[in-house]
Amino acid sequence: MSLLAVSDLCLGYEGKAVVRDISFTVNEGDYLCIIGENGSGKTTLIKGLLGLMSKYSGEILFSDDLEQSHIGYLSQHFKHKKDFPASVREVVMSGFLSRRRFGFGYSKAQYVEAHSVMEQVGIIELEKKIFSDLSGGQQQRVLLARALCATRRLILLDEPTSALDPIVTADFYSLLRKLSQDGVGVVMVSHDINSALRHATHILCLDDNSSFFGTTHEFVHSDQGRKFILSDCPCDDCTIIHNRGGIENA
Amino acid sequence: MLELFMHPFMIKALIVGVLIAVCCALLGVVLVLKQYSMIGDGLSHVGFGALSVAAVLNLSTPIYLSLPVVMVAAFFLLRITETSKVSADAAIAVISSSALAIGVFIASINGTNINLQQYMFGSILSVGESDLVISIVLSVFVIAMYFLFYNKIFAITFDEDFARATGIRTGVYNTVISLLTAITIVVGMRMLGTMLISALIIFPALTSMRLYRRFFTVIISSVVISVFCVVAGLFTSFTVSDIPVGATIVLFNLAVFLVFAVIAFVKNLLSKKIRK
Ligand SMILES: Nc1ncnc2c1ncn2[C@@H]1O[C@H](COP(=O)(O)OP(=O)(O)OP(=O)(O)O)[C@@H](O)[C@H]1O
Ligand SMILES: [Mg+2]
Repeated sequence: MSLLAVSDLCLGYEGKAVVRDISFTVNEGDYLCIIGENGSGKTTLIKGLLGLMSKYSGEILFSDDLEQSHIGYLSQHFKHKKDFPASVREVVMSGFLSRRRFGFGYSKAQYVEAHSVMEQVGIIELEKKIFSDLSGGQQQRVLLARALCATRRLILLDEPTSALDPIVTADFYSLLRKLSQDGVGVVMVSHDINSALRHATHILCLDDNSSFFGTTHEFVHSDQGRKFILSDCPCDDCTIIHNRGGIENA
Repeated sequence: MLELFMHPFMIKALIVGVLIAVCCALLGVVLVLKQYSMIGDGLSHVGFGALSVAAVLNLSTPIYLSLPVVMVAAFFLLRITETSKVSADAAIAVISSSALAIGVFIASINGTNINLQQYMFGSILSVGESDLVISIVLSVFVIAMYFLFYNKIFAITFDEDFARATGIRTGVYNTVISLLTAITIVVGMRMLGTMLISALIIFPALTSMRLYRRFFTVIISSVVISVFCVVAGLFTSFTVSDIPVGATIVLFNLAVFLVFAVIAFVKNLLSKKIRK
């Protein structure tokens, strides 16, 4: 059974639909990239999945062992106050809260888990540092670790790399791919089509007229895909198509 | 010196003062970081208005009126702040000055026995027998609630969107924070006065953030600073008569703030030199 199954979902503001009739599924180990122009409703869709806004119609189904509150989340606009006093560890540990009702401290098991998450994300040497002293890329990793403490099943990320330089961005993408290979479902909004195509297993392309959902390979060969991708695709299928086109033309 | 300690006034004042100091420090960190400092100020003015009305009505325990009024005000001020940041500032200013005006107006009507000076700037003598019990119960409640929800309070203060997205009921906790603030202000303003209680909320947090960078250490440091200033202020105003406690406590807070600021400045200079 899939982690997340969305069918014919409509979302919007003040009665006006922004996201129309979207259907897609996310399975364990899937890495879904959501792409689309500015204002096409990517953030709106993420908010809908998180339950931060109510849907007009359609269905959002989580797998039985996954509650809505057990989703990790990394937002597009993180309004971080500049001098907020907080250590990296305090920030990472706060991810556990959705799984714990009361209490002053955290359990021993949670400290161990946080430690392994920080190792996985590559920030273990930052554990004792102050969050606001870190660079943008390091901060994003810390926030990713926090998201992973909230869940190891499914994380939603809204343009997590918009503030990062190309090298750190590439790092971040491969980190996410590693996570998805470890069985975490990753859903990510991105403007960086090339990186998305290189790393994602599935693509959801939001468009006013017709949306696309399928594997990255299918996307490259769809009409929407051709609109987004300017360069020629070098894969076998394409060369065959090109060759055939060439033969027919001849 | 020891005699001072044993004076019944002093013992009462110390107990209530220390409890208030702890409450103010705990909530102050959250209010400052959430940029809600104005709410504290507004609430103390609303409290002043309510106290004046209670005096005119001749209520024996004025806190029975001022507590619910300030709690309702806290609830609405928070709502206003959540919906829009810009007009919230103006709305709080309007509400707090109106409440203050109502208080002053009522207090100035002939025939009332309100001591305006005492309401504005506080007094140790204001801690009566019934006040003592209520104050202790309420501040212990505030401290207990704070520790029970410590982790949630951190999460909501640091990143409210993430907290909401992962299923924490942020609305509930924000309301809890504002109600705890209301209680703290109502209890504290008898001793510290309307004009100065909000300083006791803001100062310790601001001072601690000069030197400490972790949420937990900021909170611990705020509590220590706050308790120190209240105790020192109580002794000073008790030995040197005619100085209101509130003003003395605030001056101690200012002094500690300046010391911390200077230390932070020197530390900065040194670390820059080392790097060169
Ligand atoms: N709070 C809101 N109230 C009303 N309309 C909104 C609101 N937020 C977004 N919209 C509208 O919904 C549409 C989709 O917005 P959304 O933020 O989902 O776009 P996006 O795909 O995330 O864009 P970007 O690439 O810039 O992040 C836009 O046309 C926007 O005007
Ligand atoms: Mg967006």
